[in-house]
Amino acid sequence: MGALDLILPILAATLRTATPLLLGALAGLFSERAGIVDVGLEGKMLMGAFAAAAAAAISGNVLLGLLAGIGGACLLGLLHGFACVTLRGSQVVSGMAINIVASGLTATLALVWFGLGGQTPPLPPAARFLPVTLPGAAAVANLPVLGPVYAALLSGQTVPVYLALALVPLGAWVLYRTRFGLRLRACGEHPAAVDSAGISVAWLRYAAVLIASVLCGIAGTYIATAQGAGFVRDMIAGRGYIALAAMILGGWRPWPILFTCLLFGLLDAVAIRLQGVVLPGIGAFPVQALQALPYLLTVVLLAGFMGRAIPPRASGQPYVKER
Amino acid sequence: MNALPRWAELALLPVLNLLLALALTALLVLATGGDPVAALTALAVGSLGSADAIGYTLYYATSMAFTGLAVAVAFQGGLFNIGAEGQAYLGGLGVTLAALYLGFLPGLLLLPLAIAGGAAFGAAWAAIPGWLQARRGSHIVITTIMFNFLAAALMVYLIVNLLTPPGSMAPESRPFPEAASLPGLAQLGFPSSAPVNLALVLAMLAALGVWLLVWRTAWGYALRVMGQSPAVAAYAGIDQARMIIWVMALSGALAGGVAVNELMGAQHKLLLGFTSGYGFTGIAVALMGRNHPAGVLLAALLFGALTQGGAELAFEVPDVPSEIVVLIQGLVILFTGALGNMLRPALARMLGRAGG
Repeated sequence: MGALDLILPILAATLRTATPLLLGALAGLFSERAGIVDVGLEGKMLMGAFAAAAAAAISGNVLLGLLAGIGGACLLGLLHGFACVTLRGSQVVSGMAINIVASGLTATLALVWFGLGGQTPPLPPAARFLPVTLPGAAAVANLPVLGPVYAALLSGQTVPVYLALALVPLGAWVLYRTRFGLRLRACGEHPAAVDSAGISVAWLRYAAVLIASVLCGIAGTYIATAQGAGFVRDMIAGRGYIALAAMILGGWRPWPILFTCLLFGLLDAVAIRLQGVVLPGIGAFPVQALQALPYLLTVVLLAGFMGRAIPPRASGQPYVKER
Repeated sequence: MNALPRWAELALLPVLNLLLALALTALLVLATGGDPVAALTALAVGSLGSADAIGYTLYYATSMAFTGLAVAVAFQGGLFNIGAEGQAYLGGLGVTLAALYLGFLPGLLLLPLAIAGGAAFGAAWAAIPGWLQARRGSHIVITTIMFNFLAAALMVYLIVNLLTPPGSMAPESRPFPEAASLPGLAQLGFPSSAPVNLALVLAMLAALGVWLLVWRTAWGYALRVMGQSPAVAAYAGIDQARMIIWVMALSGALAGGVAVNELMGAQHKLLLGFTSGYGFTGIAVALMGRNHPAGVLLAALLFGALTQGGAELAFEVPDVPSEIVVLIQGLVILFTGALGNMLRPALARMLGRAGG
């Protein structure tokens, strides 16, 4: 049982750190599959985190926080859609602008509204997502192997963790098994075909951007109200970009994305465990090497040194209706 | 269609977009119970109201001019370099290694070597994504984003584990030798407390150099052809792969100028995260300056003033935080970059009617 006691906390931490990455990567998946490149995941998650923490702090209700988080992210998403779909502007520039606007706006509003040096007040338990004990966790805890796995790994996570995991099969079903998903993917591969079938490319792309925003809002809410207990300036800390990397490594497909997110989460959980550990002969463990690994893997994959990353063919290109 | 006269495209549209960003920010200040007029006055006085303030404004503007030029020169070749932040950070490593390990040299030799070190390291860090785009087809935007994070991880490791002197608590390198510091501009009447230094002149020379290179040489012409239309460039027999690698290297070398201004001009040691977002501000500067060196210098001055004014703002008008400057930057990128097509049609119609 010794090994299990060591491994299970790391795996539980993996699930927790993978959740915002998974939500963000699925957001990027929906957006890019419809042909809209989304480097603004970071900004939308930040906006979601702030809106959720602010609403939860004022109302004391975490569900209102979640709604506000989704709403805040959707506002930025509509802006992205307006810039990229309606005005046919540069998607990358719009995404970068959204990241910077979100950073400035949330810091400003946090200081003006709460005056706590740019933070929201610490959230009381009722205003946070707390760990949920799954039914029967205590009863099976003493069973060999499977008992602790159920009790200490699967049980005791917060609601958004289960939600993010459930969104993987749901997302795959929507994308590959529904008419909406087929049309959405067609928008990202060959929008002219969608258009000539009499379906609005603009409408589908707006829908995709909004789905992405909802997922980013949930991710931000999770970071501010489940992992943390309030908003801190720039608290997403690059996780929006790691989500982007996970989406690319996952080849723009839901199930591989789940595995890359879990891998990145595991790297993070292990890095935290190894912080300050001194290896004989080497000195302090270079934690930065583990933290840099997701970015390095993405670069290597994109360069075609290991497999090939093929984005949706029409992603990044504004669609101009022909006459 | 929608073609604007040259003066409107180069001057009127950027100014209108800036005014729009400022107006939106003023509305936000008003909505949160602040006084936008007082805030704007504090911004202006804080950035231009004294010789000291101007010295700080020009100091920030220098770094932004370097990253603005870096982004602009890549844009001219049709490449979006989001990695100026990481390239400037690596430039800091080049400056530091030269300053610390060649510190026995006299200033006249050490200064150019340290500057070259910063430029070379910045260039190398940008040339790798350039090479990956040119030879392996990986998208420059994603690779440069990833390289920003790789630079951050690498530099944290190097600074904390190797460059911090033993026994020191602060994560920073030991101080540079006196010979490696760029002189300030006290002769021009700036107080010695202002960090503006000779790097300002260097940035202006760099802008002139970029203008000459891009608009007055065959290489620059080829670069702009590639930026306008890769198909035409291919038809004209331009070696685009080579071009991409070289222009990215040039872009990274320019970004390395941030390290010259910050480390050799003001800090005199390598600090964790000294680039503090200049690479991203450079995107706003390049977009606002229409990717032209003269425009970049003007836009850098504007954003330098906003940064310095924003720092003063927090003291003068307590209910308007200095973070609002980041919001203005983001809005400028949004209006001039992503929403660039919003004002153009209406403006073209108005000007067309006025002109008969």
